[in-house]
Amino acid sequence: MRQRLTPSGGLVGEAPFDIQLTRRLYRAMVFARTYDRKGMALQKQGRLATYAPFEGQEAAQIGAAAALEPNDWVVATYRDAALMWAQGYPWELLFAGRTGDERGGSPPEHVPVMPPSITVGGHMVHAVGLAWAEKLQGTDRIALTSFGDGATSEGDFHEAMNFAAVYEVGCIFLCQNNGWAISLPRERQTKSATIAEKAIAYGMPGIQVDGNDLFAVYEAVKEAADRARSGGGPTLIEAVTYRRGPHTTSDDPNRYRDPAEVEEWARRDPIERVRIYLSEHGAWDDEWQAAIEAEAQAEIDRAIELAESMPPLGPGEILDAMFETLPPHLEAQRRELVEGLR
Amino acid sequence: MRVLTMAKALNDALDVGLEKDSHVMIMGEDVGRTGGVFRITDGLAEKYGEHRVVDTPVAESGIIGVAFGLAVGGMRPVAELQFMGFSYPAFDQIISHVSRIRNRSQHRFTAPMVIRIPYGGGIGAAEHHSESAEAIYAHTPGLKVVVPSTPYDAKGLLLAAIADPDPVVFCEPIRLYRAVKEEVPEGWYEVEIGRARVEREGADVTLISWGAMMLETRKAADRLADDGVSAEVIDVRSLVPFDAEAVTASVSKTGRAVIVHEAPRTAGFGAEIAATIAEHCLYSLEAPVLRVTGWDSVFPLKRSEHQYLPSVERIVAAARKTLEA
Repeated sequence: MRQRLTPSGGLVGEAPFDIQLTRRLYRAMVFARTYDRKGMALQKQGRLATYAPFEGQEAAQIGAAAALEPNDWVVATYRDAALMWAQGYPWELLFAGRTGDERGGSPPEHVPVMPPSITVGGHMVHAVGLAWAEKLQGTDRIALTSFGDGATSEGDFHEAMNFAAVYEVGCIFLCQNNGWAISLPRERQTKSATIAEKAIAYGMPGIQVDGNDLFAVYEAVKEAADRARSGGGPTLIEAVTYRRGPHTTSDDPNRYRDPAEVEEWARRDPIERVRIYLSEHGAWDDEWQAAIEAEAQAEIDRAIELAESMPPLGPGEILDAMFETLPPHLEAQRRELVEGLR
Repeated sequence: MRVLTMAKALNDALDVGLEKDSHVMIMGEDVGRTGGVFRITDGLAEKYGEHRVVDTPVAESGIIGVAFGLAVGGMRPVAELQFMGFSYPAFDQIISHVSRIRNRSQHRFTAPMVIRIPYGGGIGAAEHHSESAEAIYAHTPGLKVVVPSTPYDAKGLLLAAIADPDPVVFCEPIRLYRAVKEEVPEGWYEVEIGRARVEREGADVTLISWGAMMLETRKAADRLADDGVSAEVIDVRSLVPFDAEAVTASVSKTGRAVIVHEAPRTAGFGAEIAATIAEHCLYSLEAPVLRVTGWDSVFPLKRSEHQYLPSVERIVAAARKTLEA
């Protein structure tokens, strides 16, 4: 397992980028955690529908996005808000989706991020198609798809990996192995010793990294992105991390896992080790910490305010995006719907 | 003008589509080198290259899911699934993603793609090779579902499907691939999706069908004409959008309707048509609306196919029953 930054902030080998970028990504991780904790809190207040927290997985997501170009595709899941945001998806739309508003699935025109996949595994093949479309159209854009350890048991994982390798498309498969698929532990998800080794069967490189290590994740994704962009085809990356929270707000992990395990992973926190590293390089202090936390809080508060201030879809609008132009039978249903709401 | 089979007309449509737009591509199992199990894509890989006519691994969910990504990414994929019974592994991709991405993203991302599915029985094939599951697709919001029954319509509807901004499930009646020939124009032309075709005008009863059952329905109309019964014949052509106007106009005139389809009866698309007739022209009806359909059985194997498929006799008998009412 590749590691560049130990849990106690010690550097193994060389840092993949300078202190300035490290500070930027540290700040991004603080923003991500602020969003995530806000999401959990808002759900408890009944202001969001089910929420799937990613606390503990910030380095895997922020590190991966940092290694992409701004126009690379990201096709991710309901637990990947940090990754999606880092690639341009606005916080308020991520919140909007969770409040139960379809418009949360509609990022601005320039943002190359698909709305989050709610079904498990089906989105990986989409990333393969997107990467292939870019290759056929002669661009140098690539695609990254993110999924969990549970998704590797789905048939579409196999079909996506196989298609990507056969057609040598520029697709990065980022598995955030967070140890648990709802209640099923990683050991019972697959008999394979690692998820990374599954790559061998498809004829593509597989890399296992410490998923709580910003540097190692960045380095692995950068290596995969360079390979993808230069026509070298797909890569599977297993980022070993941990889901510190429940599967979603509807789940009670105390039914199936030992809280001591959660404690242990809290000591391998992805943000704390970067803080120590920055501190040792004279690039972190309490004052800056307080400043970025305040900024994060303000930005996240503004985002939920924006999401909640969107009026719900108007009468009949639930039909308006079924087709480009509503066919006559849907026009008729729309009239009936609107009439019924009067 | 050239006289073509439906198989050749479909091949011609794909040829014209590939020629006109460099974003159009064909993908599926064996569609390249061998030209597909029914030879619908014959010669296209040689002409346009293996990057535009792509042989895929044997993985239906992958074919549709990858085609979906290609479509979102700006391509115009035409994916072939070899038989309707093999479309079920891809059903999750079709129902969960292809049909929904426009709504999920509120028009931000769209999947303009065609899913070609040879379907229907009567060719003595193995299990899973004779299914008629068009109603399942018609029941899925966000898909257009098209079924041609003539070479002319096959080409025009396929080109309309390729040009359509939304996903189209294009059902090709296997039994008709080489059963009928007619004049088919060269080059690009479209038959509008969502319009039924009144194939034969009549005054006494309306026979409504689509796909391969149009063969039996036409013969039944001939048989009825021999006995002095004037049957109007409607080829529905498009299940979604369904041309309710054409059907209700006809039934309002004749007062009688017989719906013929090969798929099982329960929750078949015939039920939707019967309900539409009841909603819009109940007071014009002279007799109950009848359905002549396949049974609610697994599609039988070769030796018993004749028990399942609606026959000319069954259609004639149903039409007579409406006249006796």
